[in-house]
Amino acid sequence: MKIPSRITTLITTLIAGVLLAMVSLWYGQNHGLMPVEASQEAAAVDGLFNMMMTIATGLFLIVEGALVFAIVRFRRKPGDNTDGPPINGNVPLEILWTAIPALTVLVIGIYSFEVYNQMGGLDPMAAHDHPVADHNSMVAMREDVAVGLGASPAEQDKAPNLTIDVMGLQYAWTFTYPSGFVSGELHLPVGQDAQLNIKAQDVLHAFWLPEFRIKQDAIPGRVTELRFTPTRLGQYPVICAELCGAYHGAMVTQLFVQSQEDFDAWQAQQVAQGGAPAQVAVQPSEYLAPYSQEIGATAEAIAKLHHH
Amino acid sequence: MTEATIAPAEPTRRWWHYFTFCTDHKVIGIQYLVTSFVFYLIGGALAGVIRTELATPAPDFVSPELYNQVFTVHATVMIFLWIVPAGAALGNYLIPLMIGAKDMAFPALNAAAFWLIPPGGILLMASFLVGAPQAGWTSYPPLSLLTGKAGEFIWILSILLLGTSSILGAVNFMTTIWKMRISRMDFHSMPLFCWAMIAASALILISTPVLAAALILLAFDLIAGTQFFNPTGGGDPVVYQHMFWFYSHPAVYIMILPLFGAISEILPVHARKPIFGYRAIAYSSLIISFLGLIVWAHHMFTSGIPGWMRMFFMITTMIIAVPTGIKIFGWLGTIWGGKIALNSPMLFALGFISSFLIGGISGVMVASAPFDLHVHDTYFVVAHFHYVLFGGSVLGIFAAVYHWFPKMTGRMYNETWGRVHFVLTFIGLNLAFLPMHQLGLQGMNRRIALYDPKFQALNIVCTVGTYILAVSTVPFLINMIWSWAKGPKAVANPWQALTLEWQTSSPPPIENFHTTPVMTSGPYDYGLGRKKADFSFLKRKSIAPEAG
Repeated sequence: MKIPSRITTLITTLIAGVLLAMVSLWYGQNHGLMPVEASQEAAAVDGLFNMMMTIATGLFLIVEGALVFAIVRFRRKPGDNTDGPPINGNVPLEILWTAIPALTVLVIGIYSFEVYNQMGGLDPMAAHDHPVADHNSMVAMREDVAVGLGASPAEQDKAPNLTIDVMGLQYAWTFTYPSGFVSGELHLPVGQDAQLNIKAQDVLHAFWLPEFRIKQDAIPGRVTELRFTPTRLGQYPVICAELCGAYHGAMVTQLFVQSQEDFDAWQAQQVAQGGAPAQVAVQPSEYLAPYSQEIGATAEAIAKLHHH
Repeated sequence: MTEATIAPAEPTRRWWHYFTFCTDHKVIGIQYLVTSFVFYLIGGALAGVIRTELATPAPDFVSPELYNQVFTVHATVMIFLWIVPAGAALGNYLIPLMIGAKDMAFPALNAAAFWLIPPGGILLMASFLVGAPQAGWTSYPPLSLLTGKAGEFIWILSILLLGTSSILGAVNFMTTIWKMRISRMDFHSMPLFCWAMIAASALILISTPVLAAALILLAFDLIAGTQFFNPTGGGDPVVYQHMFWFYSHPAVYIMILPLFGAISEILPVHARKPIFGYRAIAYSSLIISFLGLIVWAHHMFTSGIPGWMRMFFMITTMIIAVPTGIKIFGWLGTIWGGKIALNSPMLFALGFISSFLIGGISGVMVASAPFDLHVHDTYFVVAHFHYVLFGGSVLGIFAAVYHWFPKMTGRMYNETWGRVHFVLTFIGLNLAFLPMHQLGLQGMNRRIALYDPKFQALNIVCTVGTYILAVSTVPFLINMIWSWAKGPKAVANPWQALTLEWQTSSPPPIENFHTTPVMTSGPYDYGLGRKKADFSFLKRKSIAPEAG
């Protein structure tokens, strides 16, 4: 029995479409490209990224598939010197392939807007809720603009559980806690809403927590902020992501997300030691140890900054 | 497209003309192309240094200071001395031929524009003698005011020269296309390459002066101690970022639009089918050009800009996916149902579509501000722009070089070596740049000489890919040099193309056409029976541009 070719084409297209959708949906959820999620913000960003990966996989397979199919199917036969059909376009088709990408980016745009809002990116109070008086910095701080991630819409009336001043300098981060001590590494209690007020002493830096999916530049003369909630115990890298000099790659410290008890104990210990040089907590990753002199991230150097 | 008779070759240019202040647009086009290719090799060698350093986590191949110099100059060379001038090379060579003109509107200005490039390039290279700039091609203050000051100043001078060259070129392209088309060619029967050059030239004219202003102010901060961008005196480094990206985002479109145009020329010829949706492809270039001017702050999502501004630039950036998608689908529509000759220009053109697509998709991702907070300044972004600029622009330049090689030189290149070049390039580019997406997502930041050892395996893959890319230039160079000197003579129109540049001899005579060219068909009227494709020349001895 001879099946009409139109029906064969239709069935093939249908099967290909279903397979394509399944592969895209599967890969969008199982790409395994992201590091662990350690904050509420990370979960939101990953949901967005998975959606974009699903669309990306589908689009990639459709376009590359069509390209390879065309190359195989419409290859010029040896000896065929004729032209192809004089088709100059197809308005409905062109409208379709204008409308579909437009709708797709509209959906991605709305989703992104929503995620950004949930992360506190549009917090209207972020610009006003922390007057700045900074004596360590060599530059006058501008008090009118603060940018970064503020409170999520649900938390906008509430002060953060913990506020820490962060300073970026070549090539270290310092963290000044509310009780006054300075640390070279960041400790946060799990599940508590934390706010970092970020400054830079010399050049631009960027405060990046890959497992938290958040980043904010540290800009001399300005205060920027990141407000977020750690959700997972553990030790995570704090990375400088904005080129800041020769040892930019070594400007890495650690974030310890601890239980409230462990955090309190650590804090009490720091207060008791009063920031004496030997006790300033600096624990560079093993691979950075050989460069600790070049990068200036030693306990003595950081303690000295504190006593300016 | 024309019935112009093709007379025996008149005396054309001699080799030494190519080393003089010659006002012939064809000479200037080739001067641009060869010069920019030399800088491509230099920029590629610098990329080799970068990837060799990154083969191991420790900064053990070059010092961290030198590493920063190398990646700064690598990016500057690849942008300002390779891709931008290579686009200008195609514009110079092709525009007058495509519109039936004898030369550019301002031939002397054109030569002047070219001759700004060698000093600009030599100056930049010479900066290594005093310590090259170390602050990245973005040159953000305060870092750019503090490190490698002599190199930084030389870098500014060099970019000012190259930017001036670019502006002078754009004035010429715009005026020539506007005023010098043959009488029957209106805007809608003009080759799409000309539309793309209008769009690119508009961007150059609007945005390059802003870069020049930013760099002049930066130079004052650097040498005169002014405080425009220096926060110690109340200056604002974020203002520099705005001014810099007001040029440098459009620069991406300045680098890709001419190649969009070239691809729109190459596909119909080698697929023997009209371009699919002429007007949509033509107008989408203009829309990209306009939107390209209002997306710059997406490079600053983590910088000092407030939330509403991040959202505004996120939305405008995403909208660019629409006109870009129109082009990609239009190109697919063009080859669909055609008779595809899979020769070197077509392989590179199809490779362009396939890799540019990846850069386009990751472009929509990084446009999303909340996702960009994670990947900004990481290897994900490095992967993204290399898929756009290497997978897009560079493959496009190679497609154009192969396609117009017979016209420019009057000789045929060797098809087999062209295919070897393509295969090596395509494998190398995907090995070098695909793993970078994962590196960035996993936490590897860019512009670092030393990195966490957990990233080493993928970095080795990238380094191997880079070495394959280095090897891929060897067959290209040998093919081009040998074919230019000794290759079989090319006929006037080896591809049986319909645009005007093919309706004169190869290479064209000094004023391009032997008799005044006349349009007898549209630029893409394939399959209308006016002119059957004639591949009989293929059977002639040793000329085999496409066998299958």
